Amino acid sequence: MTGNNVLVQVQNLKKYFPITRGLVFSRHVGDVKAVDDVSFDIVRGETLGLVGESGCGKTTVGRTIIQLYRPTAGHIYYDGQDLTQMKGSDMRHMRRRMQIIFQDPYASLNPRLTVGAIVGEPLEIHRVAHGKEMRERVEQLLELVGLNPYFVNRYPHEFSGGQRQRIGVARALALEPEFIVCDEPISALDVSIQAQIVNLLEELQGKLGLTYLFIAHDLSMVRHISDRVAVMYLGKVVELSDRNTVYTNPLHPYTQALLSAVPIPDPVVEEKRQRIILEGDVPSPVNPPPGCNFSTRCPVAMDVCCEIDPDFIEIEPGHFCACHLVQSQKRPGN
Amino acid sequence: MANLLEVRNLQTQFFTQDGVVHAVSGISYDLQEGACLGIVGESGCGKSVSVLSVMRLIPDPPGKIVGGEVFFRGRDLLRLSDEEMRYVRGAEIAMVFQEPMTSLNPVLTIGFQIMEALKLHQGMNNKEARERAAELLAMVNIPQAADRLDDFPHQFSGGMRQRVMIAMALSCSPSLLIADEPTTALDVTIQAQIVELVKRLRDKLGMAVIWITHDLGVIARLAERVIVMYAGYIIEEATVKELYASPRHPYTLGLLGSLPRLDEAPGTKLVSVRGQPPDLIYRSPGCPFAPRCNYKTEHCEREMPLLEAVGVGHQVACWEKSRTEGVRPYDRE
Repeated sequence: MTGNNVLVQVQNLKKYFPITRGLVFSRHVGDVKAVDDVSFDIVRGETLGLVGESGCGKTTVGRTIIQLYRPTAGHIYYDGQDLTQMKGSDMRHMRRRMQIIFQDPYASLNPRLTVGAIVGEPLEIHRVAHGKEMRERVEQLLELVGLNPYFVNRYPHEFSGGQRQRIGVARALALEPEFIVCDEPISALDVSIQAQIVNLLEELQGKLGLTYLFIAHDLSMVRHISDRVAVMYLGKVVELSDRNTVYTNPLHPYTQALLSAVPIPDPVVEEKRQRIILEGDVPSPVNPPPGCNFSTRCPVAMDVCCEIDPDFIEIEPGHFCACHLVQSQKRPGN
Repeated sequence: MANLLEVRNLQTQFFTQDGVVHAVSGISYDLQEGACLGIVGESGCGKSVSVLSVMRLIPDPPGKIVGGEVFFRGRDLLRLSDEEMRYVRGAEIAMVFQEPMTSLNPVLTIGFQIMEALKLHQGMNNKEARERAAELLAMVNIPQAADRLDDFPHQFSGGMRQRVMIAMALSCSPSLLIADEPTTALDVTIQAQIVELVKRLRDKLGMAVIWITHDLGVIARLAERVIVMYAGYIIEEATVKELYASPRHPYTLGLLGSLPRLDEAPGTKLVSVRGQPPDLIYRSPGCPFAPRCNYKTEHCEREMPLLEAVGVGHQVACWEKSRTEGVRPYDRE
């Protein structure tokens, strides 16, 4: 992995949301540690899958990378430039290069705008095209995502969920970005429609050379679409590797449990599978446990896990993991 | 074994301003004592409405059960008076709903809500009901069960609330538990907990289960028989092994093909079902899946096929079923 191939570099990213009390004089009483010291790279042209359960901070990572949230600490280098230090017109210029597709196709489109206005809005804001030129570009975009260009003057409510998500994709593509954050783009859709959207995203990646950060909680879908996969738990990335290694040789106990919890649509396979059923629930990110965040549910937790937070270390080439047990077994020299 | 539930030609419609929504269009199935039946389908296919009709919980108006019979241990539930039906619900057939967040009353304690059914159906007094409620919470693996009876729903997480719902449903030892997408709102690790819990309780209590879901993976783990619904019709019914090994309806093939599997070789392309879900108001006389089907012929657009046997306990409603024999859903490029 050479340095100039890295498109997005996330370094020690933290995003805390403050909790305040009091109406007039609000006091700062605590923080929701949505993202707590996360580092990873996204290579040009790849799809990095980001998986985790609800509330683990995966959406916050996505939104912070494209600066919809300003990070509490840490750096995000986009093509070598630090986004966290950027302001005003520089930032606006950068925003053209990165876009996002949202989870809920019903809430992310303005119901009072026509499809043409929704897809054309980024073009107008960035003064890329207007008038007839814009209309032509919008029609091209609709065609690209598999919608009839004839729909330009319709409103979002006239479309089904899958079609709306296609409109969201067209809007994200309008400024010809190189990097797209896909924030659970399929989880609100029916199974048969999910495959349509995933196939569309893969096809567009091949055609336009896009880089994706694909956020999802569906592990089988993430495995299908990603080149590398990062697993998050309670604000931290616990494991990161290429997709085959994560699925065939998961090291972190959380990844192992998560994988064994995913049902496989085949009764014969299901009968034979051993399952690791995790006890209890995810702790609150306001008050994470001392030491490793997973120590409260971990089936193989040791004493050290409840005291010291494990570092996120490269165990094998390209395979990162934050776990005391794994590190004590696999660290070179042991 | 005897049939616990026999549904015959059940039809439910909703009368709306835009027209009549044919939510369930004549479905029939049997469920044996102690068996587990899975109902699979996408949103709007009528799977929830079909079981709400069995429970007679369809809001009227606009909904109405317009035809059919539902025999529960030989009694037609659709002919019972409202009073009689109230004794069936909860005591003999219990239901767990999809949203654990909204199906508990937020201003009443968990204990009060569980005890309510016990006092009503089993005539227990406060003390007995409280003891039984604590037992039930312990049975669904809620730690410190007795202490948590006085907690309110917001003090429980999503998975815990679903456990409370299951405890409530089991409070009067029903012979049939209907679970309407009970794990859809939950994370996979919590889903696995709930699925294992229901499996264990079913074996222990010997009750029958109807599990509704859109997730073919969960069904593979849990059910013995599966019904696939589309646009208010049952389009395929089979044992769980048969359905996954040799699905015959093009829609079932499409559903299985559009699922990525954890154990498949990477780099395969998903087979998607093209087109959009059906409109339940303006229906064509033919097969509702025809506009999206790769096997469609002119006959399909003209006439709705009936369920016909293609194997032991395997029925499919498709005119072109001879052409889908031996087709595997995972044959991808």
